[in-house]
Amino acid sequence: MDRLLKILFFAFIVRPIVFVVLGLNLRGKQNLPLQGPAMIAANHNSHLDTLVLMSLYPLSKLHKVRPVAAADYFLKNRFLAWFALNCIGIIPISRAGRQRKAELFAGCHQSLDQGDILILFPEGSRGNPEELSEIKRGIYHIVHDRIDTRVTPVMMHGLGRALPRGEALLVPFNCDVIIGNELPEAETGEQLVNEIKAAFLELQKYCITCRQV
Amino acid sequence: MLDIPPHSFYAMLVVLGLLLTATTCRLILARRKPDKDYTELRQRIQSWWWMIGILFVCLVISPTAAIILFAFISFLALKEFFSIVPTRQADRRVLFWAYVSIPIQYYLVSIGWYGMFIIFIPVYVFLLLPMRMVLIGETKGFIHSAGTIHWAVMLTVFCISHIAYLLVLPVENPAAGSIGLVIFLLFMTQFNDVCQYIWGKLLGKHKIIPKVSPNKTWEGFLGGVLTIAVVSGFLGPYLTPLTFRFSVMAGLLISVSGFIGDVVISSLKRDLEIKDSGTLIPGHGGILDRCDSLIFTSPLFFHFLYYVNY
Repeated sequence: MDRLLKILFFAFIVRPIVFVVLGLNLRGKQNLPLQGPAMIAANHNSHLDTLVLMSLYPLSKLHKVRPVAAADYFLKNRFLAWFALNCIGIIPISRAGRQRKAELFAGCHQSLDQGDILILFPEGSRGNPEELSEIKRGIYHIVHDRIDTRVTPVMMHGLGRALPRGEALLVPFNCDVIIGNELPEAETGEQLVNEIKAAFLELQKYCITCRQV
Repeated sequence: MLDIPPHSFYAMLVVLGLLLTATTCRLILARRKPDKDYTELRQRIQSWWWMIGILFVCLVISPTAAIILFAFISFLALKEFFSIVPTRQADRRVLFWAYVSIPIQYYLVSIGWYGMFIIFIPVYVFLLLPMRMVLIGETKGFIHSAGTIHWAVMLTVFCISHIAYLLVLPVENPAAGSIGLVIFLLFMTQFNDVCQYIWGKLLGKHKIIPKVSPNKTWEGFLGGVLTIAVVSGFLGPYLTPLTFRFSVMAGLLISVSGFIGDVVISSLKRDLEIKDSGTLIPGHGGILDRCDSLIFTSPLFFHFLYYVNY
């Protein structure tokens, strides 16, 4: 039932918005991990980021794609919580930081064990539109000691103009979605953070919507 | 068949015949040299099938369907323009109003209100956009922004909507109908690109504007202009109300302005240091890459025709 709801939501609402109202300049589609367990690390500018990444997957795979999202934001009221959990299928995670690491990421680990594909925004929040913020280490705690799970970096640009934080009016823009090669296994959190940062900067070179005159 | 005027019907068959020839040639090439990579050629031809297929289906269904198609093309082009050309974050709401001009402009086309169609964007939108910008109040980069946004609407909405207006002009050549005008304009514009390219490849020596487009030569340009003038002279009386003499002139106009449109969009991309304006049409790039010449040929051909015949 949930799966059907998700498929209908994406087929009739999200995909028309993503592919017609917005429109993607997609590069590196062959790098998109189609089989789980896998982890996508993307930069975060807009609520649309998640919907765009999920739209890249065939409808039949949709239930395997799980965005990791802040519990304090998405579970703050009943309606939003129902929507986030059933239509999108988020894995809620607490940002308060009082829990132990193993507990905090239990939902993510369980999902990876089922062979899901996790979407994570290692910058944490959406930040200023179209600016990279500092990358947090949380991602390392999810993937380390999991030999079967690799991180694929994805750089997006333009969505922060289409629907930035705090705005409700969607303005059509084409957006760049550049998918990189999966990153090598990292020994430490810092190494992974640096690898992701380097990958983002490298992929940014292929964006065509951020040129300055 | 649905009510397609005979001349337009045959013109469509010829275009489909050309496409079929292109596909056949590609298949033969691929068989002769199996080790060579023809992906781009294949994508290009496949995209042509799609573009021409969608256009013909809309033209055949009804003028309204075709007008909606051109409105949608304007939308895609405007979106692509705003995406590659830097705009201020503060102008989001102004851009929204720029998009709103599309349905209004095409509605004016559909009801055939010529007076309003011709001034709506150059006058009303021109004055409304800076007013909306003032209400937002960000003055840093104001001039640059106001210029960019209105130029974008002129190129992608105003210019392209002239193709749609051809469909609501009174029919003066019943054997071709209004579809004939659209097919004539689109075919001559695209054929001009092909001719200039081929003449340039065959004879090209003297560069015409090396700074913008190093591959464009005087030989290609002149070869294209002559070819198009002649072809247009013979095709014009068949598909449009123009006589042989005026058709030759229309051909000259389309050929020269098509070249200018091409290099204007090239300069824009060069300024932004990008190769293609998007990835919407496989093998061609973005919609602006495909419509570059058309942006210039449509209003010029329209007004030439309008002056001569209406």
